[in-house]
Amino acid sequence: MAFPHRLDAPELPDFSMLKRLARDQLIYLLEQLPGKKDLFIEADLMSPLDRIANVSILKQHEVDKLYKVENKPAVSSSEQLCFLVRPRIKNMRYVASLVNADKLAGRTRKYKVIFSPQKFHACEMVLEEEGVYGDVSCDEWAFSLLPLDVDLLSMELPEFFRDYFLEGDQRWINTVAQALHLLSTLYGPFPNCYGIGRCAKMSYELWRTLEEEEDGETKGRRPEIGHIFLLDRDVDFVTALCSQVVYEGLVDDTFRIKCGSVDFGPEVTSSDRSLKVLLNAEDKVFNEIRNEHFSNVFGFLSQKARNLQAQYDRRRGMDIKQMKNFVSQELKGLKQEHRLLSVHIGACESIMKKKTKQDFQELIKTEHALLEGFNIRESTSYIEEHIDRQVSPIESLRLMCLLSITENGLIPKDYRSLKTQYLQSYGPEHLLTFSNLRRAGLLTEQAPGDTLTAMESKVSKLVTDKAAGKITDAFSSLAKRSNFRAISKKLNLIPRVDGEYDLKVPRDMAYVFSGAYVPLSCRVIEQVLERRSWQGLDEVLRLLNCSELAFTDMTKEDKASSESLRLILVVFLGGCTFSEISALRFLGREKGYRFIFLTTAVTNSARLMEAMSEVKA
Amino acid sequence: MDCYTANWNPLGDSAFYRKYELYSMDWDLKEELRDCLVAAAPYGGPLVSLLRKPWRKEKAASVTAVLEIYSASACLWPWKSGPVVSLGWSAEEELLCVQEDGGVLVYGLHGDFRRHFSMGNEVLQNRVLDARIFHTEFGSGVAILTGAHRFTLSANVSDLKLRRMPEVPGLQGAPTCWTALCQDRVAHILLAVGPDLYLLDQSACSAVTPFGLAPGVSSFLQMAVSFTYRHLALFTDTGYIWMGTASLKEKLCEFNCNIRAPRSRWCSRPRSKERAVVVAWERRLMVGVMRPRASSILGGLFVLDEDSYLVPELDGVRIFSRSTHEFLHEVPVASEEIFKIASMAPGALLLEAQKEYEAASFGKCFLDRFPPDSFVRMCQDLRVLNAIRDYHIGIPLTYSQYKQLTIQVLLDRLVLRRLYPLAIQICEYLRLPEVQGVSRILAHGPVQQKDVSDEDVARAINQKLGDTPGVSYSDIAARAYGCGRTELAIKLLEYEPRSGEQVPLLLKMKRSKLALSKAIESGDTDLVFTVLLHLKNELNRGDFFMTLRNQPMALSLYRQFCKHQELETLKDLYNQDDNHQELGSFHIRASYAAEERIEGRVAALQTAADAFYKAKNEFAAKATEDQMRLLRLQRRLEDELGGRFLDLSLHDTVTTLILGGHNKRAEQLARDFRIPDKRLWWLKLTALADLEDWEELEKFSKSKKSPIGYLPFVEICMKQHNKYEAKKYASRVGPEQKVKALLLVGDVAQAADVAIEHRNEAELSLVLSHCTGATDGATADKIQRARAQAQKK
Repeated sequence: MAFPHRLDAPELPDFSMLKRLARDQLIYLLEQLPGKKDLFIEADLMSPLDRIANVSILKQHEVDKLYKVENKPAVSSSEQLCFLVRPRIKNMRYVASLVNADKLAGRTRKYKVIFSPQKFHACEMVLEEEGVYGDVSCDEWAFSLLPLDVDLLSMELPEFFRDYFLEGDQRWINTVAQALHLLSTLYGPFPNCYGIGRCAKMSYELWRTLEEEEDGETKGRRPEIGHIFLLDRDVDFVTALCSQVVYEGLVDDTFRIKCGSVDFGPEVTSSDRSLKVLLNAEDKVFNEIRNEHFSNVFGFLSQKARNLQAQYDRRRGMDIKQMKNFVSQELKGLKQEHRLLSVHIGACESIMKKKTKQDFQELIKTEHALLEGFNIRESTSYIEEHIDRQVSPIESLRLMCLLSITENGLIPKDYRSLKTQYLQSYGPEHLLTFSNLRRAGLLTEQAPGDTLTAMESKVSKLVTDKAAGKITDAFSSLAKRSNFRAISKKLNLIPRVDGEYDLKVPRDMAYVFSGAYVPLSCRVIEQVLERRSWQGLDEVLRLLNCSELAFTDMTKEDKASSESLRLILVVFLGGCTFSEISALRFLGREKGYRFIFLTTAVTNSARLMEAMSEVKA
Repeated sequence: MDCYTANWNPLGDSAFYRKYELYSMDWDLKEELRDCLVAAAPYGGPLVSLLRKPWRKEKAASVTAVLEIYSASACLWPWKSGPVVSLGWSAEEELLCVQEDGGVLVYGLHGDFRRHFSMGNEVLQNRVLDARIFHTEFGSGVAILTGAHRFTLSANVSDLKLRRMPEVPGLQGAPTCWTALCQDRVAHILLAVGPDLYLLDQSACSAVTPFGLAPGVSSFLQMAVSFTYRHLALFTDTGYIWMGTASLKEKLCEFNCNIRAPRSRWCSRPRSKERAVVVAWERRLMVGVMRPRASSILGGLFVLDEDSYLVPELDGVRIFSRSTHEFLHEVPVASEEIFKIASMAPGALLLEAQKEYEAASFGKCFLDRFPPDSFVRMCQDLRVLNAIRDYHIGIPLTYSQYKQLTIQVLLDRLVLRRLYPLAIQICEYLRLPEVQGVSRILAHGPVQQKDVSDEDVARAINQKLGDTPGVSYSDIAARAYGCGRTELAIKLLEYEPRSGEQVPLLLKMKRSKLALSKAIESGDTDLVFTVLLHLKNELNRGDFFMTLRNQPMALSLYRQFCKHQELETLKDLYNQDDNHQELGSFHIRASYAAEERIEGRVAALQTAADAFYKAKNEFAAKATEDQMRLLRLQRRLEDELGGRFLDLSLHDTVTTLILGGHNKRAEQLARDFRIPDKRLWWLKLTALADLEDWEELEKFSKSKKSPIGYLPFVEICMKQHNKYEAKKYASRVGPEQKVKALLLVGDVAQAADVAIEHRNEAELSLVLSHCTGATDGATADKIQRARAQAQKK
C-alpha cells in the first residue's frame, strides 16, 4: 500500500554521520575529566542522549553513576561531577546549590558543566552571581541535530516555540544557524534557498554570515541538497492545530511520540507491561502505514496478518529440508514482523477505542466546519459546551484558537464569554494563558478593520514620535490577524470534491486531513518549489503578513544543474507535525522529489497549547 | 673596491677592526657634548641630548633646558622639558627621563608625553644621585642611586615592580662607580667603593673580588658591561684594566695603560673569539683586544677629532660627536674572507671572478642544486638595510643587529617614526602576509595621524585593505582608540564584518549603546546579553531601562533573564514602561507562585486588578476581582465545611460542594458568580451521576426544562451502566435526538420506528449500523423496506 518513490527520486544522504560526530564529541568532553565521575543529565536530554550514546558507552568513559537533574539534593559520592544540561538558568541554580552545599560541608570536588547545544552568557552569569564560577569548568556539546529517521532531523528544542514566538527571545536562532552550517559543511552547499517568516529570515542571514566567515570550506563542493526552504511556525498555525488522522500523527496525538519512540501502555500491549517502541523506517510494518489515513490502517494490518498467517501456513506441506531452510532463514523475519504487527494492531485498537467514539467524529466535524467556514455559530456553541463539560483544557483551547485564526479573531462577545467559561472551568491562572495566546496571535479579538487604519493615522498625528511608534506597534499586532479564509481561497486549500474523497488513493495532500484541507504550510512550499521563487504569490504573502519576510536566494553558477537536484531540505522553525511530514512525503512521491525535514522539534496541537498555557507550578 | 680594506686595522691574532663613518651629524648643538646629558638607544636608535647646566646651577625658572631628540643621523624633532638626572631609551624606543625626585617621565619618539611613574617614596625623600637605564630580556629597567646611597631598581618599566636593594655596610659616600648587571634573569647592582667591589642582589650585599686581580688597586674608576651582560671590564685609577666574565670568577686578561677618566664600552662580535674593549679618553680611542692565552693585550689606537660618546651595540660601538657618527666593529668573518688580502676563500674567488666577467650574481646559474632562496633573501635584506640607513631615515643597522631585531620590530620602529610608506614598501617588497605586514602597519600607523579627518583615514585604510582575509579592522580600530581617536575607531569598526569583534571594543570605548545596536544587528543573543550586563553596571537604572525600551529584542532577552533571576527588576521594567497589562499578569502570577497566605494572595490580586483597569482591560480586571471573591469564599468554605477548596476553579468548587451534599451552598455560589444555566446543568448532572444519586437527579431533571436537553442525561446514566434510569430520560429526549437516545439505551426496534417516522435517511443508516446479527434481523428488514418505499416516492 505504501507508495513507492519514483525511480528517479534521489537517494537520501546518510545522516548517521551526525550521530557519530555527536558521540565522538561527547566522548572527547567526558575524557576531559579523566577518571571516574558521576553524570547528571537533564531530563529533556535523556532521550536524545540515549539515541547518541547508550549507558555502556558512557561507562566505557568512566561514567560511574547516572543521575537526573531535578530539584533534589544529590547524593553522589563521586569526587568528580559532570552535568549535561540545556543552557537554562534553572539548571545553573541547581549546579550552584550543589557546589555551595559542598563548600559548606568543606568538601572539594571537580565540577564540569557541559551545555548542549551551546552555552549562553546568562548561564555563566548566574554561576558567577552564585559565586561558583571559579569552581566549575564549562564546555559545550554542539549536539544540535538528532537524526530521528532517515529523512527527519530534530533539534529536540521544544522550548524554541515558546521562547521565540511568545517571549520574543531570539537566542536559539544562532543554534539554528549553526545547525545549518554543520549540514552545509557535511553535505555540500545549498544552491537554492527560500524562506518565509521573520525567524527564518534571521536564521538564514546569520547562517550566511557564518558561511562567509569560514568561506572556502564548502566552495567547490558539489551540492547534494538542491533546495532549502525555511518556514516559521507562525506562518501556519492552522495546520498544527488540527487533529491528526494519518497514522503517525494519530499515534503522536494519542500516545505522544518522544524523540522517535513511543511508550505503549498495557492497553496496547495487552499485557501488564508497557513497551517502548522505536518508530522509524526500520520498522517495516510501521513504515508502510505511517503516512496512511487511519481509516485504511486497520484494513491494511489485517491483510498483512493474513499474509503472515499464509507464510506460516506454508510450513504444513514442507519436508524436513524445506523446514530447516524455513526455520533458519525466514522464521526470524516472520516472528519480528509478527511482533511489530501485533504492536500496531494493539495501538490501532486502543486508538479506535479512544477516537472513533461519537465525540471524536463530532470534533472532526467541527474542525472541518471551522476550516471551511460554515456553521460558525454552531461550532462556537460546540466549543462552549466542550468547555462547560470540562472535556479537556488543552482541546478546548485548541478549538478556540482554531476558531480565532480561521475567523480573523473572535467577535468581542464570544471572546469574552468563551474566556469567562474557560476560567470558570479551569481556573483563573489561565488569564495569563489568554494573554499569552493573544500575544502570539493565536487567540484574538476581532477588530473592525477599516476603522483601524483611519484611527491609527489620526492618533499618530496627535502624539509624539515615540508614542506613535508604540501605537503603530499596537496596531500592527492587532493587524497581524490571520486572513485564513482569503488565503484558503487563493491557494485552494479546501479541495472541491465531487462525491466521496477516496482516502485509499489520495490525489492531493488534503488526504492527511481526510480530504478536507490541504495543509497551508505544505501548499506554500509546493507553490514556491514549482515557481522556483515567490513570484506571483504576492497576494498570499500580503495575506500572511509576510510581504517583507519572504526571500529567495540562488547561486548563479550552474543554475540549471542545481535546479535539477530534487533533494529538498525543509526547515520548520517552531516545530512541525507528522501530518505535514506525511503530506510532503506524498508530494515528494508525486513529483519525484525527496524531502528532508529539519525541525526544532516535532510538535502537535497539544504541545503548542501546552507551551502557551500557564500552569501552577 | 681596492680600498675596501683600507680602514681595516688588524688587532689580535685573527681579527680586523674597522671604524667607518655612518653619517655626518646635522644636529644643532649649542653646547659642547660633554656639557650635555646624552643617551642613545641601541640598534641604531635615536639620540637625545639635554643641557646639563641650567637646572644644576641656577634654579631660575626663566632658563629652560632644552631636550632634543635626534635620529641617528641627527635631523629630528627638537623639544622642551624639565629637570632630569638621567636619560635613557627603553626597548620600545620610549624615552625615559629620570628626574631628581625619582619621577620618571616617559615620552614617545616624537616627544609626546606617554606616562609618568615614580620610583618610590624613599627616592623622593633622598633625591636621585645617579640613574641608569638598562635592558633585560623582560624589557627595560631603571636603577637609581639615591642621595642616601641606596639603590632602587625596577627590572621592567612597563610592569613596574620596585625593588629596594640592601644597604652596603659602611658606605659613607657615593660609590666611585656602579653598574646594573643582569644575570640569570635577575637584575643586580655591582658597585665599587674605592678598592672594594660589592654585589647587591635582592636579599644581600656581598663583597666580591675579581679573580686574578692584580694587587695594589686603590680605586675602581669605571666599569663596563658587555651588551649581553656576559663580560665585564674594570678600570682602576692606576690605569690598570681587568677584563673577565661578569660573574668575576674568570679573568680573560688584564693590562695597563696610562689612561685616566676613561669612558669605555665593550666591542665584540657575537661568537667571536676576540673580546675587545673600547676605551675613550681625551679625544683618543683605544681598542683593547685580549688574547685568551696571553696576559698582554694589544691596543689599537684611533684618534678622535672631537669629544665623543660611545653607544654599545650588539656587535660593535657607535661613536658620535658633534659632527660625525661612526661605527667601530670587528670585521665579520664573511667580509674578512672575501676581502682579506690574498684570501683564497670561495667567496673571494667568486668576487674576483665576478670582477673579471662583469656578471652580476655570477655563478648562481651554475648551481642548479643549490636553492636560490638564501641568495635572494640576503639580497632582500641588504636592500632593506640600505634603505633604512638612508640619511633621512637614519637607522644604521648591521646585518647581525637586523637579524637579532627581526623584521617585525624593525617595521614597528619605522611605524613609530611615522615612516609608513617605507614600511609598507618593505612589507610589499618582502611579501609579508597582510596580518604581519600592511594591516599591522596601518593599525599602528595612519590612525596616529592627527591632521587628517577620521572619515578620510577610515576610507583610505579601507581602500588600501579592502576585504582581504586576515585583515582585522578591529585591531586597527583598537589602535586608533589607543591613540585617543575614538571617532576614527568607530568609523573603522564599521568595516569590521565580525560583530563579535566590534562589540568588545565599542564597550571599551564606552559606546555601549552603539555596542548594543551592533550586537542586536549581529543576531547573536549572547553578545547582546554581554552588552546588557555591561550597560546595567554602567548606567543608572532609569537610563538602562530607557535604553532597553528602544530595543525590543534586548528587552525581551533581559525580561527572560529577569523572569528567572530578578523578579523585582521585571516589575520595575513594566512599571517604567507603564505596561499595566504585563504588570497585571505579573501580580496574578505572584498571587499563586510567590504568596502563601491568603491575605497576601488577595492583595496581589487586588494590585493586579488595579493594573488591569489602568490597562483598560476590563475583562481581566473583572475576572481577577471574581477570583478574589472566590478565594475568600473558598477559605470560608474550608473553615466551615472542612475539606479542600482553595485553588479549585469555580466549576470544581461547585462540583465539590454538590459531591459533599451541600446543594444549597452550591446553588448560592452559582447565583453569586452568575454561572450560566447550561454549565450548571452539565455540572449537576455529572456530579449527581458520580454520586449515583438517581433520586436527586430525577428531581433535578424535573426542576425545570433542561437547557441542555435530555440526551446528556441518557448518556451519563449509560456511562454509569444504569440502563433503567437512562430509559426514563430517553423518553423525554426531543425528537431530533430521539433516535440517538434510543440507540444508546439499546432499543433498536423503537429507534427504527422513530427513524422511519422521521423519514430521515441519515437516521435510518445510523440505526441500520446498530443492527447486529440475528436479533435485529427483523428491524433491519423493516428499515430496508422503509427505505425502498421512500425511494419509490
